[in-house]
Amino acid sequence: MPTDRYLDAASSEPLHPDARAAMLAALDQGYADPRRLHTPARNARLILDNAREAVAEALGVRRDEVSFTSSGTAAVHRGLLGLLPRNPPMYSAVVTSAVEHSSVLHARNWHGERAGRKNKVVAVDSTGRASIEGFGMAAQDGVLAAALQHANHEVGTIQPVAEAAEALGEVPLFVDACASMGRLPLPEGWATAAGSAHKWGGPAGVGVLLVRKGTTWRNPFPDDDRVDERVPGFENVPAVLGAAAALQALVAERNEVNERHYALVDRIRTAVAQIPDTEVVGDPVERLPHLVTFSFLYVDGEAIVDALNRRGFAVASGSACTASTLEPSHVLAAMGALTHGNIRVSLTRDATAADVDAFLAVLPSTVEEIRRDAGLATPPA
Amino acid sequence: MMNADLELDCRGMHCPLPVIELGKRIGEVEVGQTVAVASTDSAAAYDVPAWCRMRGQEYVGEEPADDGVPRYLVRRLV
Repeated sequence: MPTDRYLDAASSEPLHPDARAAMLAALDQGYADPRRLHTPARNARLILDNAREAVAEALGVRRDEVSFTSSGTAAVHRGLLGLLPRNPPMYSAVVTSAVEHSSVLHARNWHGERAGRKNKVVAVDSTGRASIEGFGMAAQDGVLAAALQHANHEVGTIQPVAEAAEALGEVPLFVDACASMGRLPLPEGWATAAGSAHKWGGPAGVGVLLVRKGTTWRNPFPDDDRVDERVPGFENVPAVLGAAAALQALVAERNEVNERHYALVDRIRTAVAQIPDTEVVGDPVERLPHLVTFSFLYVDGEAIVDALNRRGFAVASGSACTASTLEPSHVLAAMGALTHGNIRVSLTRDATAADVDAFLAVLPSTVEEIRRDAGLATPPA
Repeated sequence: MMNADLELDCRGMHCPLPVIELGKRIGEVEVGQTVAVASTDSAAAYDVPAWCRMRGQEYVGEEPADDGVPRYLVRRLV
């Protein structure tokens, strides 16, 4: 049976129709090198400048604060590592929350491993929310930079970014906004921030790096002589325009979309909590509108993803058996949540109540079947 | 090493098998007695305490077996 209900928008949102239209036009118009002086080059440059303008307006930032990278991950790397001095003192460290995206943690480790530093990690509570005091204490101990996501990519919990920034004082804060960009307004307090276009309905291969005016940002990687000194490589003009068009469209429609998503996720949370031995995780209120995660005791994560896929539903999982590393989700582990039998459901912009109801209609029997196969016909006493 | 009333050897099992084993066999001990789950699977460190919380049992703590494999100790409360 084909997968006809795609419930994994947080991994990648389908291309927005506006992005598709913009990209098709730009594919024919935006091929030339935007640094050259001839007419085709000026056309490409104009498209690039328009895209930057549109993204800046959609995010409520300055044009010169916006850079386009080749992925969300590239924006994360530049956003965090660009806050560090070229030759940082040996004792210095970076502080992150325990539930950052792996791209943030890899960037932090890369910095730390090269210099043998001991980085700091701020704990989260059972909803996945990072401790503001933890960031304040790290700042007092002395750190070069901090990283805190806007909203968690696995459980949806919104982080106290502005409060953490205040507690950090002079320590610059990188905000990974990949899970939320376009869906929610940017929080206050970032020195740098990152977003990823394919998570808001733009094409893959476009990230957004924001560098707040006045922030000391140094390129952590080799320079290049392109349009934007912060990023290397030949600009993917059509994709950047598609990303901008999708972002504009999402921001314009987000009040309606978010309200619908928020209510549908509430419906999922309530229904799933009725299934025995189930844990619905993440903050039920202060959360991303479109995303929810839950774990079923005694259920194999891979088995339930496969079983739901056979029934026509595409969902993600944070369980170890579904991860390339075979390690359980560090997010669920840091929250003290059950790590096996985990499913993340995230709604695309056109998701309907019928999609959610169809999913909720098959979920209990799917879980029961897997538990029965494991030899647990009824939940044990 | 703290002795348990029931030792479950879950070495080599991947998640969620150690927790399934625990769920199936907790009934073999009396209320107040303990079960030890020896597991090489890294998820057990999180999932045994989570199981205790969800099932109303007591998580006692972690202690290595003679071969260094972690044992997760649980006391049956219900």
